[in-house]
Amino acid sequence: MSGKIITISSGKGGVGKSTTTANLGIALALLGKSVICIDADIGLRNLDVMLGLENRIVYDIINVVTKQCSLRKALVRDKHYSNLSLLPAAQICDKSAISEDEMVRIAKEAAEQADYVLIDSPAGIEHGFRYAVKPAELVLLVTNPEVSAVRDADRVIGLLEAEGRAPVQLIINRLNPELVRRDVMLDADSILNLLAINLVGIVPEDPAILIAGNRGQPVLLDERSLAGKSFRNIGRRLTGEEVPFIPLQAPSLLQRIFRFQR
Amino acid sequence: MRFTNLFRRRRRDSDKDIATQRLQLVLSHDRANISPGMLEKLKDEIIAVISKHLEIESDQVRVNFQKNQRETRLVADIPLKRHTGRQKRI
Ligand SMILES: Nc1ncnc2c1ncn2[C@@H]1O[C@H](COP(=O)(O)OP(=O)(O)O)[C@@H](O)[C@H]1O
Ligand SMILES: [Mg+2]
Repeated sequence: MSGKIITISSGKGGVGKSTTTANLGIALALLGKSVICIDADIGLRNLDVMLGLENRIVYDIINVVTKQCSLRKALVRDKHYSNLSLLPAAQICDKSAISEDEMVRIAKEAAEQADYVLIDSPAGIEHGFRYAVKPAELVLLVTNPEVSAVRDADRVIGLLEAEGRAPVQLIINRLNPELVRRDVMLDADSILNLLAINLVGIVPEDPAILIAGNRGQPVLLDERSLAGKSFRNIGRRLTGEEVPFIPLQAPSLLQRIFRFQR
Repeated sequence: MRFTNLFRRRRRDSDKDIATQRLQLVLSHDRANISPGMLEKLKDEIIAVISKHLEIESDQVRVNFQKNQRETRLVADIPLKRHTGRQKRI
């Protein structure tokens, strides 16, 4: 088996990389794919709590790097989806504990055991970012519809292009349709126009994500959540399926009244 | 004044427009790796060099980045001084 290695990256911190990694992991698992999520944010472990797996961790990625245990042994299997597992980040080391080559070795080994390997990249454009994108065959770049996040995304695209790295696709996270409708927030078209890369998904701002994070149950499991639906769709697009973009535009007052009458 | 004008919002750039314009500017500087101040300096130097050979309207010179997909180019617009004989009669 040789699975596809996808790195979720952003430049700016806090835009939703880990949220995206956790939800896409589940989305792909629900599609019947085997998935290994690698938390590459060494020193700032987070993917474990997002997936609700924090109590099951025995080994971490550094144990695998130092050959204290095998990759297979370090993987934490998901509670509900046996075809999803997590390679946790180490919490007490820092990012210098792993080299680009070691990351490539681990990601490739993981790809022999799964259809998809999702690497959750640390923020920034330094060493942590570099080792996270090194093994990638595809980089999913997460941004928010705001000036600073889009600017950082552009820096990352520039860096990846300069090194002839993997193709990059964009995820716009935390879009607020109501603010877009009022012309207060950057819309997807303006961002795409500025960054000039392909879009793979738009995820709306959704309070259900906060609740999901607290409970350690990715939002995708909430059937009513629009953000969850967006992540499901991105998962399907990653498998090659053509999925139309769901309209996120909030209905205007007139449209709402009209719908109310119907 | 028409009554409806009372309710018409004053036309101004929306927050979205402002964000887009600001992004456009920072991205072009980031991509070319040149600060706005350096670009001003570059412009002055271009004016100095061209002025040695041609009479130009130095206060109308525009030096800007133009973006086309992911390719950025530096475009200088340098109007020449019009000859007195050719000037439009008023
Ligand atoms: N679409 C969204 N709607 C609402 N909150 C979100 C959304 N995406 C992310 N968040 C919140 O933003 C915060 C940062 O997300 P996280 O995935 O940890 O970012 P990163 O991994 O890029 O640092 C979290 O508290 C998360 O709950
Ligand atoms: Mg994170």
